[in-house]
Amino acid sequence: MSSRTGTGPTVSATMTPSLPSPAYPLEKARLDNGLRVVLAPDATAPVVAIAVHYDVGFRSEPEGRTGFAHLFEHMMFQGSENVGKAEHPKYVQAAGGIFNGSTHPDHTDYYELLPAGALELALFLEADRMRAPKITRENLDNQIAVVQEEIRVNVMNRPYGGFPWITLPPVAFDTFPNAHNGYGDFSELEAASLDDAEDFFEKFYAPGNAVLTVAGDFAADDAMKLVERYFGDIAARAVPERRSFAEPVRSDERRGDLVDRLAPRPALAIGYRVPDPDADLSAFLAHYLLTDVLTSGDASRLERRLVQTDRSVIGVSSYVGTFGDPFDQRDPLLLTVEARHPAESPADGILAAIDEELDRVATDGLADGELERIRARVASGLLREADDALGRALAFGAFELHRGRPETLNELPALLSEVTGDDVAAAAAALRAQGRSVLELKAGAAS
Amino acid sequence: MTTTTERASIIPAVRPTVPAELPTVVERTLPSGLRVLVVARTSVPLVELRLRIPFTGLGTDFAAQAELLAETLFTGTAKRDRVEIATAVQALGGSLSTGVDADRLAVVGSALATNLDPLLGILAEVLTEASYPDDEFSGERDRVVEDATMALSQPAVIAREALLRRMFPGHPYGSVVAEPAVLAGVGVGAVRDLHTARISPRGAILTLVGDVDPAAALDAVEAALGGWSGGEPEVMPAVPALATGPILIVNRPGAVQTNIRLGGAALDRHDPGYPTQRLANTIFGGYFSSRLVDNIREDKGYTYSPRSSVDHYLAGSRFTAAADVATDVTGPALLEIFYELGRMAVLAPESEELEAARQYSVGTMALGSATAAGLASTLSGLAGAGIGVEYLRDHPAALTKVTAEDVLAVSAGLLAPTRLVTVLVGDAEKITGAVAALGAVTTAVIDQPTAS
Repeated sequence: MSSRTGTGPTVSATMTPSLPSPAYPLEKARLDNGLRVVLAPDATAPVVAIAVHYDVGFRSEPEGRTGFAHLFEHMMFQGSENVGKAEHPKYVQAAGGIFNGSTHPDHTDYYELLPAGALELALFLEADRMRAPKITRENLDNQIAVVQEEIRVNVMNRPYGGFPWITLPPVAFDTFPNAHNGYGDFSELEAASLDDAEDFFEKFYAPGNAVLTVAGDFAADDAMKLVERYFGDIAARAVPERRSFAEPVRSDERRGDLVDRLAPRPALAIGYRVPDPDADLSAFLAHYLLTDVLTSGDASRLERRLVQTDRSVIGVSSYVGTFGDPFDQRDPLLLTVEARHPAESPADGILAAIDEELDRVATDGLADGELERIRARVASGLLREADDALGRALAFGAFELHRGRPETLNELPALLSEVTGDDVAAAAAALRAQGRSVLELKAGAAS
Repeated sequence: MTTTTERASIIPAVRPTVPAELPTVVERTLPSGLRVLVVARTSVPLVELRLRIPFTGLGTDFAAQAELLAETLFTGTAKRDRVEIATAVQALGGSLSTGVDADRLAVVGSALATNLDPLLGILAEVLTEASYPDDEFSGERDRVVEDATMALSQPAVIAREALLRRMFPGHPYGSVVAEPAVLAGVGVGAVRDLHTARISPRGAILTLVGDVDPAAALDAVEAALGGWSGGEPEVMPAVPALATGPILIVNRPGAVQTNIRLGGAALDRHDPGYPTQRLANTIFGGYFSSRLVDNIREDKGYTYSPRSSVDHYLAGSRFTAAADVATDVTGPALLEIFYELGRMAVLAPESEELEAARQYSVGTMALGSATAAGLASTLSGLAGAGIGVEYLRDHPAALTKVTAEDVLAVSAGLLAPTRLVTVLVGDAEKITGAVAALGAVTTAVIDQPTAS
């Protein structure tokens, strides 16, 4: 048996004339083994997306085993009780679907997008590996080699590889969970054992530590029966207590630098701490909107100042969250401003200009219409992502896992419309008041 | 895959999915020559916009001018400056961006559906009144030169450029990234002239998909863009016949990986063998369940993301295979790639392999048109090749008829290693010995981008 609650399929749209919202109906349930289930039926297109979010990411991996959460993600594709090595992808693709998995700071997700008739197959496959992946020494060695090639292609063999997601955290943070390289050290990857994998699975992959989300073209009652059938008999296990990774916000600036021997031009990354979204969602959203004020398009503040006026950078961007998704991790997290620049325009000048622009927002607030157009752009971007059943499933799953409220996706436009210009100004002031973290990348291949 | 009878009973069967109805495309060609396609799709209150303008031209100067035109199209008009244009687009919940390749200049955008009229108004203003202000142009040119310099430091870009140069010598398809030195020499006058000559509705196609009334949308397009006029597009010269030759090693001393790239000619989308070719490529390296991934990733651990694809351009289609492998397994990895290519060219695939590739191709086509943005891009790309929406119905039907013998026959022409160009970017000192055991080798150095 499972408890089941729902907002029902006829939830009313929270539409305002200026900011349309997604209004996807949602049902939530919890199986006896603790698995949380989110169902979001929508018959727009004959496709279905399935996502499983486990509440473990690379911040939780043990010292001496950097990269293990990501390596373990690879092992979840290497077979389980009824599915052979590399057969999971074959079943999904032979059903006309696509699949992947990804490892984040605070969660690991696995997902499929398929024609609607393949829902039962996908639920079976996810349940089979939630029950227990089948991990052999041979497959572990194979995937250690594959992950090393992934790191070579994305980090070691290319300019700007891992900048700044791997290289900024050790400047910004002091503790192992926040500061270490989530891709992992080669020697620590090679030291991974079958016992490590068993311990990691036992501790973190309990059904009570996961969220299953289904979005797309299906009937909620039918899907719930299938979920019960395939996931219901997975034994409950102890769920690890959610650790706090909190670190104090520093008042002193900290700087680091590195030489990238492949990079033809220097680069700069600045990390600022943002408020804990669970403690103060409104202030967090003000920081999220601030990144659009700063670097979203030709009318944004830093594009105008650094690209168009000063011409001191080749490109500038800003975002909240390690991989640019503000809603896929918990506190502590960073707002990052990133720029690549010609050697003749030094980092300190760029930093001073960014300070001036933040001060301007903090002191003078936003211009007439600036907040409205940015909210309109953010709202339509959210709608666009949600038009994709897979984007929807991943967003609902992450909101349920991290905040216990998948409805947040539907509510975001309304929440954003409550953020005021004063809130955004306060966010800019908060960035200026703290000790930022600055990482300079020196060009080792300047021509 | 092999499954026992017992296992087959455990794995749930896939129910047939009723395909989505073929989208209704409402179409009008304006007197100016602009062709407009509109599809109503109400899943989200947005409208997606895709405009493609034929943009063929010869020579490196043309390519550099086209790149700078695309980068500066939105930097000013007779009425508005760069920031005013961006502000207006953002206020519509919108975006407009440009990109150019050897075939076409594309404007890609979206907005809240209720804002279609003003979005078209801004687009029309830019197409008919772009002014390329001197100061904006020179600033952007300097930035684009730096951008190109950085792009050309990426090993994947170095490998693509080397492969295309070998496949299409002297042809516009022979390069994707304009040379920094050539970009630096482009004056604003040349770009303004290029706009006058080539930003024309003749042969251009505008695709709109979203929460709009098609008839009203067509009228809105006619009202906004009816005054846009221009001359006939140029015709792309035929691609040169592929000249294979020795394996080219582009030396990148100290590289910890080798970027392996193979390329060859492929059938275009009008060829009767095209559906078969799609499945042949899928079986070889077009998806994760392919032979290439099974062999050099899941069995040998040589690489992370091996893949192959068939890409279609107006003057010719091409096959490409790619794998980035650890330096010390370059020879063994190349051997396995040649082996898998040769196996496709001389042996028919197993029926299970063919069936899986078929289901994957049919299913993922449906996934690709499940969103308004995906449908808009798909229809726009097809229309550019003279193919209509019925492709979304007829191509899956054609895929169901392909036999294993068909795959063998097409693979013999498409995938035989003797018909492909091979380019490696890596540490020549470390890899040449093993590679030379597999075929004749020639070595080149990376062209150093020269920024002024």
